[in-house]
Amino acid sequence: MENEGTPAIEVAGLVKRYGAVEAVSGIDLTVYGNETFGFLGPNGAGKSTTINMLCTLAKPTGGAARVAGHDIVTQRDAVRRNIGLVFQDTTVDGYLTGERNLRLHAELYGVPRDILEDRLRQVLEMVDLWDRRGSKVSTYSGGMKRRLEIARGLLHSPRVLFLDEPTVGLDPQTRSAIWAYIRELKQAEDITIFLTTHYMDEAEYCDRIAIMDHGQIIALDTPSALKASVGKDRVSIDTPDNRQAITAVKEQFDIEANIVEGSVTLAVENGEQFVPRLFAELGMPILSVNVARPSLDDVFMSYTGKTIREAEATSSDRLRGNMMAMRMGRR
Amino acid sequence: MAIQTEQTGQAQQIDGPTPVAAVRVPTTSAFGELRAIKIVWQRELIRFLDDRTRFVTSLIQPFIFLFILGTGLSSLTRSGSGGLNLRTFMYPGILGMSVLFTALFSAASIVWDREFGFLREMLVAPVRRSSIVIGKCLGGATTSTLQGILLLAVAGLVGVPYSPPMLLAVFGMQLLLAFTLTAFGLMIAVRITQIQSFMAVTQMLVMPLFFISGAIFPLTGLPTWLAVLNRIDPLTYAVDPIRHVVFAHLNVSAAARSALDPGVTWGSWHVPVLLELGVVAALGATMLGIAIAAFSRSE
Repeated sequence: MENEGTPAIEVAGLVKRYGAVEAVSGIDLTVYGNETFGFLGPNGAGKSTTINMLCTLAKPTGGAARVAGHDIVTQRDAVRRNIGLVFQDTTVDGYLTGERNLRLHAELYGVPRDILEDRLRQVLEMVDLWDRRGSKVSTYSGGMKRRLEIARGLLHSPRVLFLDEPTVGLDPQTRSAIWAYIRELKQAEDITIFLTTHYMDEAEYCDRIAIMDHGQIIALDTPSALKASVGKDRVSIDTPDNRQAITAVKEQFDIEANIVEGSVTLAVENGEQFVPRLFAELGMPILSVNVARPSLDDVFMSYTGKTIREAEATSSDRLRGNMMAMRMGRR
Repeated sequence: MAIQTEQTGQAQQIDGPTPVAAVRVPTTSAFGELRAIKIVWQRELIRFLDDRTRFVTSLIQPFIFLFILGTGLSSLTRSGSGGLNLRTFMYPGILGMSVLFTALFSAASIVWDREFGFLREMLVAPVRRSSIVIGKCLGGATTSTLQGILLLAVAGLVGVPYSPPMLLAVFGMQLLLAFTLTAFGLMIAVRITQIQSFMAVTQMLVMPLFFISGAIFPLTGLPTWLAVLNRIDPLTYAVDPIRHVVFAHLNVSAAARSALDPGVTWGSWHVPVLLELGVVAALGATMLGIAIAAFSRSE
């Protein structure tokens, strides 16, 4: 296969400005072949703008990027031939049937006719839409439309599949179904997946994630490494006498404990392994115990000083500014 | 949920020995662009043939003009039309009008596509923007010509004979006019992001273009200001040749013919039909060029 060994995506100092608003302020990253790479951040952090640049839909103001080995500015068509796209908003034609939508895509991408029939069936079966291929897309549910878009994005066997918020606006059940398809497709196809999400739990499915905030990448690693970097597990216990328990923890384990929400709470590495010792050595009865691992929410919090929900609230003004700038830029 | 139960069965198929039909997308080529133009054109046709409401409603306006306005006013004008029924006189103009309405309407599809997101699918495809615009233009031209054919079919009702050479010539001119007007519509549509704005702009343009073109009145004895406006209106150069062809197959006196079908003049020079058609074609090509340039620049 061509370009074997070259990274799927290479980004160096990428900048996008809309007027005075800097949506993306100089980001660097490398995505390797067959990786599932997640772009995590609140709405308005610059994720979609970055995807638009990588997909050649927006021209960078500065910096450079290569997708599947091709420059996103000077080799636009080569990039386009090698990527599949699933946008945040539906881009399927509701007036056409599911199959017609795919055939149209095949013609636009010049999919060779001799293998089209096989490929068509394959991608439609992959997303379980083969039986509904003859129905107009306007009769599809939101989840079905998203699946059709995934099938369409795969039709021309792209090397990189971009999924911009693939599950936004879907109910939890449909969300997890979409994720099941994405995992299946990773097994069936030789493909790199680049996705954006603002759901922390979805970022867990990725091999590596980059956390983006205010146009910058503030952390980039595997989900577990990022969580490990935040530090220790939180162990909370309830005892008949919490004050005495704090003293006992200090004496037995040399750990400072606090009372958080009425429970004695202490931070330790490998909390699950610590719990048996706690029971054996504390020297007083324990009524209940709870071990919490750091979540990606904690990771986001530790890098930005706020939760992702708070970040969304504050960035909504910024987002509005971006959108206005984009509209003006289009004219 | 039915989807979920199917899913497990299908998943096993994929994990099984079924070979992956990997696609190699060919590099950009003239053939690829032609394929793209053809599919964009085809999509317009499919949507047109599917949309029976649009098919019927777009016929209403020409029929109102032809049979209601034409019949109602004929008592007033009997003296001035040299014995010719007003409906017969108006017929060529109405043929042009139906193309005008439907061509501009079909150009709106690019605005619809933008609003409903589908345009993005075409914008990220490895094809030239010009292929998309050309496909759209040919699609709009084809669908509005198909509408025009329906109107050609009622020729007998307004006393115009079904002469094959005439029908063929009118069909050709409708096609040319449809192309130019779709290009005109696209030139506007590629700059507009909302369908309401597009409708407002076209509404503002359609009526003046239609009335000034002389579609429903003869070009003889017009006051200078109206004559000047008439010569600027591009639709004039399409309506006049259609009228000319239709009148050539009517049984009318020479006096009535020269009064009702005087042809277009620039000063005292009589503009030949071929030049008129050339003007229409050149305008169409220019406007298509402008549409392509504007569309290629947009992000």
